[in-house]
Amino acid sequence: MDRVPILKLGDILIVSIQIDLQDQSVLALQEDLSEQVVATGARGVIIDISAVEIVDSFIGRMLATIAGISRMLDAETVVVGMRPAVAITLVELGLSLGGVRTALNLEKGVALLNHIESVQIASATR
Amino acid sequence: MAGELPVNSNSDVVLVRQHVRTAAIEMGLSLVDQTKVVTAASELARNALVYAGGGQVRIEIVQKGVRRGLRLTFSDDGPGIPDIQQALTDGWTTGGGLGLGLSGSRRLVDEFDLRSAPGEGTLITVTKWGR
Amino acid sequence: MGVILSIPADAGRRRIEELLQENEDRVFKRWLEIAGSASGGQVDRSSLASQLRELYQALRQSFGDSGDLSDLRGLLAELSRTRARQGFTSTETAIVVFGLKEALYESVEDDASPEALRGFIWFSRVIDDLGLFTVESYATAREKVILDQAEQLLELSTPVVKLWDGIVAVPLVGTLDSARTQVVMEKLLQILVDTGSEHAVIDITGVPAVDTQVAQHLLKTVVAARLMGAECVISGIRPQIAHTIVTLGIEFGDIVTKATLADALAHTLRASGVEFTKSRGSRIAVRTVED
Repeated sequence: MDRVPILKLGDILIVSIQIDLQDQSVLALQEDLSEQVVATGARGVIIDISAVEIVDSFIGRMLATIAGISRMLDAETVVVGMRPAVAITLVELGLSLGGVRTALNLEKGVALLNHIESVQIASATR
Repeated sequence: MAGELPVNSNSDVVLVRQHVRTAAIEMGLSLVDQTKVVTAASELARNALVYAGGGQVRIEIVQKGVRRGLRLTFSDDGPGIPDIQQALTDGWTTGGGLGLGLSGSRRLVDEFDLRSAPGEGTLITVTKWGR
Repeated sequence: MGVILSIPADAGRRRIEELLQENEDRVFKRWLEIAGSASGGQVDRSSLASQLRELYQALRQSFGDSGDLSDLRGLLAELSRTRARQGFTSTETAIVVFGLKEALYESVEDDASPEALRGFIWFSRVIDDLGLFTVESYATAREKVILDQAEQLLELSTPVVKLWDGIVAVPLVGTLDSARTQVVMEKLLQILVDTGSEHAVIDITGVPAVDTQVAQHLLKTVVAARLMGAECVISGIRPQIAHTIVTLGIEFGDIVTKATLADALAHTLRASGVEFTKSRGSRIAVRTVED
């Protein structure tokens, strides 16, 4: 079974999915990520799916679960690089990925995390 | 082109996706239609694995007039589906998933035919027509 | 009559084959004349002649090969295809085949033997079958031409324009059917990725009406864009269309809609962090805020 590597950049964890994921790999990634969020105290998780050709309900659920778990551990999740064909298919499938933030690419994903943080700080100090 | 593949493990599901993708490209489906039919194949293959412990899928290219289509036939000898209407409802699940496998894949293809009865396994035929 | 019917079918058939061979020049010349006048000067004679020559040989060949017509059918299918593309009618195409009957009939009449007459009935039947086959291939080829053209039209009618850094727009003009909407929307989403644009305006000022399917496609596109990390605004909804959408009970939810393209542009500019101030009436000063 292939394991997806998790990279750390500052206080952001970056996962780039480059392979056709088996269901076990998906579950392993879910576990690895939540462990890493706690271990590193990351405030953000970026999942890059620009190389992913299909997202079915199983992978879709994984993305939503990761976002939910991370939020409980005080980290925001951004899914970046979803292909148009994948997005259209997800809509047709009926999967809305509620609670998952998205951005067009990695760069915009990082910008979105910074923005979220600045808003949070602003509202906390007000 | 026609081929039969087993669906007996998680890695088979990945293989089914890859074979369906190859066939979809071969018959000239648009990228979006390729993605839709591969996603549907993934859902249905996983269903066969989760609910029936395995099964098989036949991948074939069919012709109707000038239009060509990709037809997938999933069959298993599992427990079958007692209430088909209910199984096709969004959000209905007995397997702990999101309940979008059957209802969702029906929306991703042009033709969807489900035959099943308790104790007699399940036969699902889906077709995606080229534009 | 009784005499003719007592002739064995084989003899008639053999006689026709002989006539086709003996009078080849005469029959062929006449056939070329008939086919040529039916094609009305749209085809040059020498290419028509070589096409017919091939058909003639294939026909005679097939009689020799115990009635195997596959070569001949291949040639006829090819003829139908080219004619369909060149814009001939199905009649003009079929006459090319049926013309051979008339061309041969003159030789049959001169021959005047019962075998030839009996054989001509058989020959007619063969040609009728081939003619029908030709019409059928013509129709298939036409259908293909129409499909191709529809596809080209789709490509032509889907412009996606850049309005501002990070803002693109699709001005939709004309009747939207489900296929066209789908193509436009796919193109829009792809351009969002290619240009890294986080905002898109779908302007339907030029769309007279929408049906449920088209409205659903618009809706799905906005949701799909969101999944990708971009926001869409729909502008230029006519009162009738607004009415349709509400009556059909289509839920537009929290999707932003604006009356005009200008309003939509102002909205997206503001959303992407551009501030503008109006000074001295008509002049607008634009300041981009770097964050």
